[in-house]
Amino acid sequence: MAQKRRSKGPGPAQGEDAAADEDSAPTQGAGQVQRSLERLSPAQVDQKVSELVQYLLVKDQKKIPIKRADILKNVIKDYKSVYSEIIKRAGRNLQQVFGMQLVEIDAKNHIYILVSNLPRLEGENLKQDDCTAKLGLLTVILSFLFMKGNAAKESAVWEMLRRLRVDPGYLEYNRIPHTDPPEFEFQWGARAARETSKMQILRFVAKIQSKDPKAWSTQYNEAAAEEAAVGGLSQDTSTPGDTGGPSQGARRRNW
Amino acid sequence: MATQMTDGHRRFLQVLMSHGIMEGSVARTLHRDCCEIHKVYYAHDKLDDFINVVNIHLQPFFMQIRKGMSEDDGKTYYALVNLAETEITKMASDYTENELELFRKTMDAIIVSENGFASSTNILNLADQLKIKKMKKKEAEQVLQNLRDGEYTLHTRCIMEMEQYILSNYQDLVRKCNICHSLAIQSQVCETCGIGMHLPCAGKYFKAQMEPHCPHCNEFWPHEIPEINRPDSQLPSGAPRERRGTSSSGTRRR
Repeated sequence: MAQKRRSKGPGPAQGEDAAADEDSAPTQGAGQVQRSLERLSPAQVDQKVSELVQYLLVKDQKKIPIKRADILKNVIKDYKSVYSEIIKRAGRNLQQVFGMQLVEIDAKNHIYILVSNLPRLEGENLKQDDCTAKLGLLTVILSFLFMKGNAAKESAVWEMLRRLRVDPGYLEYNRIPHTDPPEFEFQWGARAARETSKMQILRFVAKIQSKDPKAWSTQYNEAAAEEAAVGGLSQDTSTPGDTGGPSQGARRRNW
Repeated sequence: MATQMTDGHRRFLQVLMSHGIMEGSVARTLHRDCCEIHKVYYAHDKLDDFINVVNIHLQPFFMQIRKGMSEDDGKTYYALVNLAETEITKMASDYTENELELFRKTMDAIIVSENGFASSTNILNLADQLKIKKMKKKEAEQVLQNLRDGEYTLHTRCIMEMEQYILSNYQDLVRKCNICHSLAIQSQVCETCGIGMHLPCAGKYFKAQMEPHCPHCNEFWPHEIPEINRPDSQLPSGAPRERRGTSSSGTRRR
């Protein structure tokens, strides 16, 4: 699901797709960072922080997850020694000014996205554009996967996906082990997990089908557990099937 | 007056970022909603103060919420603009180097023209010249395909974002409105003394005057005065023409 990159002409942007051989931020002890900070003027560090904030906003606008390697190459450059401090301050600024959070969605490869801190509202007046239809469809797919027990065979999803180029991070596409010929399955990706929640998706499905979310007991429990783990709103955890979904047993429903 | 950012301010900023540009009444509604949701002090006529708080915090990032007027309808618009062109902001562009070059040339043509428009024919010629120099044939064709027949001018958002740049780069070649003193891409011009006015500004200034006179030299104002306060008012023009906007190369689409 690679994004088609437009050539941006001369300049550092060319190298962005290169392998992560530049991703060598040294592990930084606090003392080491402190000493490096003292050598640089506050203005210089502030400047880098400000550039990083702009960079993150610009990159996130395109909904492409941001690699640490690119951050180091395009923004940090000679200030690698205080990388951890710069990114910490940039994250703080993003929260304080924009109400957004820098979230690492891949701890191994160090990939980041920006997520809004503010509670999502229904019918919020965000811009409706060509992307809105895609997002709507994406929500349907996410719902589908969730209702199918968090994964669905490629063949089941393919009809829906044929014309859709999904932005990276929303869906995971993995091979099912021990299958021959090899089969693949879709699961929620890291960005999807961050930007929405199982409870929100369940409510969405419930709304479409005009049912109570608790009618799907397995999914409801799973969504409630996720909410509790995240420290979200407290939900009453009623016993499965007591709010009138037709199937009382805790079996997965066909959807 | 509080100068702290609240979630109300942040929400306003996020929504404005996603729109890029927003008409005044929409912005006022958004202001009210944001304050309501996050229980922030709200006064309906204090939108500009509210925005100033945000702008103070946006300064380190060379961004600003700017207020401007549309040259078409005279309405107020708010837009989030970049104040500096840096290595970083250049990465924001969705366009190729050649497309940007064409945009710059088009902007040139619009600004130096008498009436603030560049015709599609004109732009095709510019693309052609670029084609000879560097644009690949396929690229040029793409541009030409998307270009519909008509007259092109700069979108409100472009003018708002690039006003500083245009004023400093084109200096005496551009006009400022005699009434509001902002950059005027399209204007009505006094044929005697050469001062110019935005069409909506002229409409307001000359409203209901039977015999309009130039505020500078007092000569009779020879142009048709645009009507204001009517949503379907026709703008005075020589020949009938379509109008399309050209959006800024620095446009942010969120």
